[in-house]
Amino acid sequence: MFNILSRMIRTGILTEPLPAPVMGPPAVEALQHNLWKVLGRALCIRHVDAGSCNGCELEIHALNNPYYNLEGTGIKFVASPRHADLLLVTGPVSVNMEEALRRTYDAIPDPKLVVALGDCASCGGVFGANYASRGGIANVLPVNYTIAGCPPTPAAILSGILRAVAATPASQQGEHGNQLDL
Amino acid sequence: MTPMNFDSFEQPTIALPSNIPCSNASLSAVEWQRTVDELKEIGATFLTLWGTDNRALDGCFSIHAAFLLAEGALVLSHSIPNAAHPTYPTLTRAFPAALRLERATRDLLGIASTASDERPWLRHDAWPATTYPLRRDTIGPRTPNLEPGTPYPFVQVEGDGVHEIAVGPVHAGTIEPGHFRFSVVGEKVLRLEARLGYTHKGIAKLFETLQQGEAHRLAARISGDTAVAFSWAYCAALEAITKTAVPGRALNLRALALEHERLANHLGDLGALGNDAGFAFGLTQFSRLKEDLLRVNVEAFGARYLFDTIIPGGVAADLPQRAYPHLIHLYRTLDHEVAGMCSIYDEHGGLQDRFREAGRLTLDQATQLGAVGLAARASGVSQDLRATHPWAPYDKIATQIVTEPAGDVAARVQVRFREIFESLRLCRVLLAEVSHTSLGAPPIAASVPVAEPYCLGIGLIEAWRGPVLIALETGPDGTIRRCHAHDPSWQNWPLLEYAILGNIVPDFPLVNKSFNLSYSGQDG
Repeated sequence: MFNILSRMIRTGILTEPLPAPVMGPPAVEALQHNLWKVLGRALCIRHVDAGSCNGCELEIHALNNPYYNLEGTGIKFVASPRHADLLLVTGPVSVNMEEALRRTYDAIPDPKLVVALGDCASCGGVFGANYASRGGIANVLPVNYTIAGCPPTPAAILSGILRAVAATPASQQGEHGNQLDL
Repeated sequence: MTPMNFDSFEQPTIALPSNIPCSNASLSAVEWQRTVDELKEIGATFLTLWGTDNRALDGCFSIHAAFLLAEGALVLSHSIPNAAHPTYPTLTRAFPAALRLERATRDLLGIASTASDERPWLRHDAWPATTYPLRRDTIGPRTPNLEPGTPYPFVQVEGDGVHEIAVGPVHAGTIEPGHFRFSVVGEKVLRLEARLGYTHKGIAKLFETLQQGEAHRLAARISGDTAVAFSWAYCAALEAITKTAVPGRALNLRALALEHERLANHLGDLGALGNDAGFAFGLTQFSRLKEDLLRVNVEAFGARYLFDTIIPGGVAADLPQRAYPHLIHLYRTLDHEVAGMCSIYDEHGGLQDRFREAGRLTLDQATQLGAVGLAARASGVSQDLRATHPWAPYDKIATQIVTEPAGDVAARVQVRFREIFESLRLCRVLLAEVSHTSLGAPPIAASVPVAEPYCLGIGLIEAWRGPVLIALETGPDGTIRRCHAHDPSWQNWPLLEYAILGNIVPDFPLVNKSFNLSYSGQDG
């Protein structure tokens, strides 16, 4: 136990500030305010790998490491689509995954956002469309925002998710936010 | 690269271009069957199986199987005379790991083995059973033909109190998609059957549309966590066919990238394994160490993940001078920090309680089922191409094979710890070699000529999971006639179905993570 505690103390807090171009300081407060206005609560993300090579997944994992500390900003990944506000999709959509992706999308309550993560999800990437692949996510689902990169860096993913939320038109905003503003 | 001779093998062989000694034997169906049995007897390791549509050349389909022997790799080829109903003798009686590859070969090419399991593997509902996407006269279908779905016939377990748990393809976390069907009594697993193929995206067909000089980018994206190994295997096959001499400096940098890939994956897995056993501290610590490594990758190779580091003929860029101190510091930090974490893991009673005895794969099972790579080494199989069949530059740096006898989750954790220390040692040796030869801008890439058409070459690289193989057949004018990419997950997925037997369902995530197999690499 001593070893564990001393290592925690020596490691300290590594969390870095949010990507600068998105929010002015104080970034976390501004982001949380924005999330509050749009959603009325923390942002919950359901990720679906629709046929990815697993590269983008590795960078999504990195978002939860102490440097990026995604949960510290009020954004978390959830297991059930019923709990999600945002569907984060990686990979070209393989034909074998198309139905599972559509069902996951349908299971997410409105209002919902779809973010296509990585070059494959954005436009098909090196795989494109063929007998087994539908290409980009937009060929299957309405996409609100795309994040390019092969794979995008964690900073780019974080920045993209924040932009997607910030760019959400008022018509898409949930009733929670409006009620809570009163 | 002399043809191999092993005592009981009488067929003439020809040398194949490869990064390790490799031979090819063309066999009749009878000889194929006999040779497969002989290979089993002498303890050969099954590497991969693939088919080719050669009807335009000689009127036949052919089937190829690759094996690893002490002397090197052996590729058996059999031209199937009946092109209307192509059939070949199954490998599965001697090498059960071949079954899913045989099923996939039927799905893609319509070449059937004599195995009794005729269920489709990669074909879900994306294309009709009468269409074979990898046949050369199948142009498309560009847009898939969605038939109404047919339920997949899982093997049923019957009995008092037996019920099924279906999981996937969409899992609860950020993981690749696949389906697991558990048959359980209470919490105890009686049977697990996996159904994969969800991320099949037509990679083999796509290779045939690319030029030889550009396909390494696709190879790197077969399985994103194994990008270096796959791109190296592809380039090794192409370079062997074209007799390209890769500069020594490039070889050292490739090996450095391969070891970084191994380190990144092992660090990530050790954190995730701690987390799956309820030890979040482990995830936090290892994920920061992995992030440190990825950030040094940016300094050294220009990217966090090394998708485009290896190119035909060499590497894309030299190591910048400013990266040397970062690398030296990284290796020292990792050595120290991982050693500290290793003793914390070892001494943590709760963690060891979850790790020990969980998901055990005995040496006998590993041998019978044809386990490869990390999972095999954790069951006591002493097999690592870097040591047993070293290719350049591993032929100059003696790699120690890490094995553990127990075959449980704890053993797979321990193999990862010890391989990290061995990788760090190799990294230091490679970095010293690179820094000694850095004066005067030495070459880092040779130019690769257009390959002769209709040549088969093999690239075989020990990736962090196990051996990855690329079988590349050239076409005219720099085209690719056929490219078969093999991930070691093909052999190791079925192991999980044995390792989980008798365990409880809540231990599945932990056992699964201890293997950490690739979905995308197996699905293609």
